[in-house]
Amino acid sequence: MEDKTLQQDDQQFVEFIVDADIYRTTVNKKYSRRKPYEPLNPKMITAFMPGTIQDVYVKPGQEVKSDTILCILEAMKMKNKLFPPFKGIVKTINVEPGQLVPKNFVIIELE
Amino acid sequence: MSIKQKTLDLKMRMQNALQGGGQKAIEKQVAMGKMTARERIIALLDPNSFHEYDLFVEHAARDFDMDKKHLPGDGVITGTGTISGFPVCIFAQDFTVAGGSLGLMHARKITKIMDHAMRLKIPLIGINDSGGARIQEGVNSLAGYGEIFFRNTQASGVIPQISVILGPCAGGAVYSPALTDFVFVVDKISKMFITGPEVIKSVLGEEISMEELGGARVHSEITGNAHFFANSEAECFDQIKKLVSYIPWNNTKKADPFPKKAPKTRQYRISNIIPTDPREPYDVRDVIRSISDDSDFFEVQELFAANIVIGFGRLNGETIGFVANQPLVLAGVLDVDSSDKAARFIRYCDAFNIPLVTLVDLPGYLPGIDQEHAGVIRHGAKILYSYSEATVPKITVILRKAYGGGYIAMCSRHLQADFVFAWPTAEIAVMGPEGAANIIFRSEIMNADDPEEVRRTKVEEYKQKFANPYVAAAHGYIDAVIEPSETRRFVIHALDISSQKSEKSPEKKHGIPPF
Repeated sequence: MEDKTLQQDDQQFVEFIVDADIYRTTVNKKYSRRKPYEPLNPKMITAFMPGTIQDVYVKPGQEVKSDTILCILEAMKMKNKLFPPFKGIVKTINVEPGQLVPKNFVIIELE
Repeated sequence: MSIKQKTLDLKMRMQNALQGGGQKAIEKQVAMGKMTARERIIALLDPNSFHEYDLFVEHAARDFDMDKKHLPGDGVITGTGTISGFPVCIFAQDFTVAGGSLGLMHARKITKIMDHAMRLKIPLIGINDSGGARIQEGVNSLAGYGEIFFRNTQASGVIPQISVILGPCAGGAVYSPALTDFVFVVDKISKMFITGPEVIKSVLGEEISMEELGGARVHSEITGNAHFFANSEAECFDQIKKLVSYIPWNNTKKADPFPKKAPKTRQYRISNIIPTDPREPYDVRDVIRSISDDSDFFEVQELFAANIVIGFGRLNGETIGFVANQPLVLAGVLDVDSSDKAARFIRYCDAFNIPLVTLVDLPGYLPGIDQEHAGVIRHGAKILYSYSEATVPKITVILRKAYGGGYIAMCSRHLQADFVFAWPTAEIAVMGPEGAANIIFRSEIMNADDPEEVRRTKVEEYKQKFANPYVAAAHGYIDAVIEPSETRRFVIHALDISSQKSEKSPEKKHGIPPF
């Protein structure tokens, strides 16, 4: 969407494209605050919900298989074991045991 | 004891019960900017119409020293009364008594008045102001909530249910309002959430204030859980009184007719509202006001998904449910939120015998990854479902553009609208001219010496041929192309002759709408 704005009656009019036709209209808060899409990167092991890292069982450079427990993320009173989605090598570890992590935080990077 | 003494004893007992949580607790309630439960009921109902029941109900909890505690009325006031002569059952949680917490007897008082409302076939109004479950009563308070939810569901579509959130309404308690038809909230007073800021902080480490998490604004603008937003309790009660004037007592009746009144045509000139260029915005509410009685329009969920407008008005004195695309916001597209909003309103009107008038002007569904991933397919389907299912008179007026899936969804002939009218400015097509020309004439445009020039001519050609109501009229998909100034006359006539409409859906237990 182009960034052309027109001020009229306190409302910000913008150019809004639907199927190649350009409409002059306003956008609401919810629309303007929406987050851009980020494709999933399987190499990034992220926190699927906020929680506490209880323990980390791997080291950088270590080879891991799909049944290797990487770490334990304690969230909602559950101790969740995190496994790698594929066979690979641990590149970096971004957390320490006891650390509180927000949702989508990259805990471990694989390669 | 003589009758005089007995009466005196009654008066003493009443006085004791009527003071609720006592002076201190009342002062606290006032300090929070809130009215007391009894004041609220009196402010909402007609003078001297409130009749209270179950004043002497007491809890029977024994654990945690509860047997030593006396809770007047067990923290909730119940009774019946009238609003502008309209009978209602009402309950109001009393925050001054144990924080309005819900125990077994508190819940029993509520379910009793709900049962009354169902038997008497009159609306139920619930004023919520409660800290939540009474922990000391354990599973009994959970049982209480469950009994309320069950009755909310049974009553849904039979009697109007109105929830007023005038304080906290947290945890399981919010599901009762969520099951009711209309939720009223007041700025800085209403707070609704499943898990509060403290739990969120301790479990998830995220910090947020109550207001930001589940204040009146959040539920009016972002979540859509609330239908009416007010700045004060007094304004909120006025809104409730107004709403009650538009709806029937129950699903076997029609809303009471009002004296007929012409629209204020000097203020709202129907021929001057819409720009003929379909890409230019205008406020569709002006079109509604230009045809409704006295130019009156009572909007529902004004702040949520403003790309569709829903609400009540009257035509020739009869209550009408209006649904209209709003070109002023997001070009009036259908998306997840606007589909949810309209679909629920359509089902409300259908359940309570309120005819639907749909005004169409939209470019289609909102494109985008976020929409697709948010499930615009199943949400968008709700609007198709609810229009198709509705058996009340359905009148559609296509004002300007009606493209693609949006055309079908907005109560088209194909979803069994009773009458479809179109203004001469209507454009009924698969998509907008630019998009359509790009696809249909793709190779011609690509192979041309001057692609831009060819594209422009092709767009123009398409506009000439298809951007009008006459192609659809030729197929009989619209019943009449009418001048804007004839809209009110046509719609009122269509409603008049549909007044005996009785359509039966195929026999079934219930459908399976794309919830």
